[in-house]
Amino acid sequence: MVKRVTPGSKLLEGCLRAFWVGGVICMLGQGIADLGYQYLALNSTEAGAFASMALIFITALLTGVGIFDRIAKYAGAGTVVPITGFANAMVSPAMEYRPEGWVLGTGAKLFTIAGPVLVYGITASVLVGLFYSFFGG
Amino acid sequence: MGKRVGEQTVLIENHVGIASSFAVVGPKEGKGPLGQYFDQVLEDPLCGQSSFEMAEHVMFKRACEKCIEKAGLEKGRVQMMLGGDLLNQIMAASLSARDLAIPFLGLYGACSTMTESLLVGAMLCDGGYADPVLCAAGSHFCTAERQYRFPLEYGCQRTPSAQWTVTGAGAHLLMRDGGEVRITMGTCGRVIDFGISDANNMGAAMAPAAADTVWHHLRDTGRSIRDYDQFITGDLGAVGSRLLYDLLGEKGVPLSGEKHTDCGLMVFDKDQDVHAGGSGCGCAATVLSAYVLPKMCTGEWRRVAFMATGALLSTTTSQQGESIPGVAHLVVLERERT
Repeated sequence: MVKRVTPGSKLLEGCLRAFWVGGVICMLGQGIADLGYQYLALNSTEAGAFASMALIFITALLTGVGIFDRIAKYAGAGTVVPITGFANAMVSPAMEYRPEGWVLGTGAKLFTIAGPVLVYGITASVLVGLFYSFFGG
Repeated sequence: MGKRVGEQTVLIENHVGIASSFAVVGPKEGKGPLGQYFDQVLEDPLCGQSSFEMAEHVMFKRACEKCIEKAGLEKGRVQMMLGGDLLNQIMAASLSARDLAIPFLGLYGACSTMTESLLVGAMLCDGGYADPVLCAAGSHFCTAERQYRFPLEYGCQRTPSAQWTVTGAGAHLLMRDGGEVRITMGTCGRVIDFGISDANNMGAAMAPAAADTVWHHLRDTGRSIRDYDQFITGDLGAVGSRLLYDLLGEKGVPLSGEKHTDCGLMVFDKDQDVHAGGSGCGCAATVLSAYVLPKMCTGEWRRVAFMATGALLSTTTSQQGESIPGVAHLVVLERERT
């Protein structure tokens, strides 16, 4: 009965929005990387890092001025999947818990959303590394 | 006649009336369809404070103070204050009670707190234990988001069944022989759990409790839907209201949109992007003060069943896999024929 009266999310519309916004963010990242490569004489690894840093900075700034959550509301996974989602997940709790102080507020709550990603991301990378060192080349 | 009828219903025999009421809301609510009816609309959701919790407290306190003032009373005359909010340890209410220095009974019934306090207040007043009694409830979108969901600036999408917590506080002063609209009955609801565990579908978690309370109320009193001008629920929203009709329909009680309104559906416009409607303690509290009582005073409604509904959600037990139980308390508001 609950399922019958509860409206579902619009899957197709959501996918299309995520596709184009996510695509634009990736293009922007590629553009920044190319700029670094062409004009700042960075090698390809450095240019990638440069693009990540630039995207993180832009997201943090947009989160700070209260615009990012509106873009994310529209785009959904389009902003969550790129590095922008991670940056937003760090900056938003930092702002939210600021009234509780630098240590017990911002410091302690900084990883409330991004924490699980780090814990399991790092765990997975360690496991893969171990596997590779024993069985890999 | 005794003071109880049936299993869950109490009768308020003496005239216990709502002598005055006051509603403060946030800017978004002020832009809603009921905007012009609220006593005060804040321009800033922070209310000039350093945190949203303090803003919620200031809002709560203001509703209480202005309500007492509106009745032409001194703070010291109020013998008891009842109320609560959605913060941990109902801090907005507790801090307000500290500042107002009125003997205080803190209540928590999630979003049902407004009718919970009216019900308890009316019984205290009727029994002669306290008079006047101040009943209040409030909530704040920004504090509720943090407590139950995500940081405000975190980018995520809300599901279509999600509801928007009302930023607002409403206070009502109950007085023996005071006020045009009186509380004549109350039905204390049971906690009902249909196993809903989706915190983004509170309407569905609360609707079974609402249906149970309405059904018991009608059975206890021997009345039918026709005996009321309107059934008003607190914050079932679009999903919960549909479920309420279906659940009552199964029991042979024909409630529909004609005899039912939901504060959560009234407080915001559809284009305000609130999905299934408003919610929170402040939703029922402010709409009662700004819309329901004035409509009764003009004589448009003479007898109303007012029922705020609460989803007893705790993030801790919810994450541990426990479902969300619901509760609904009903008070009957009546205006004597003049």
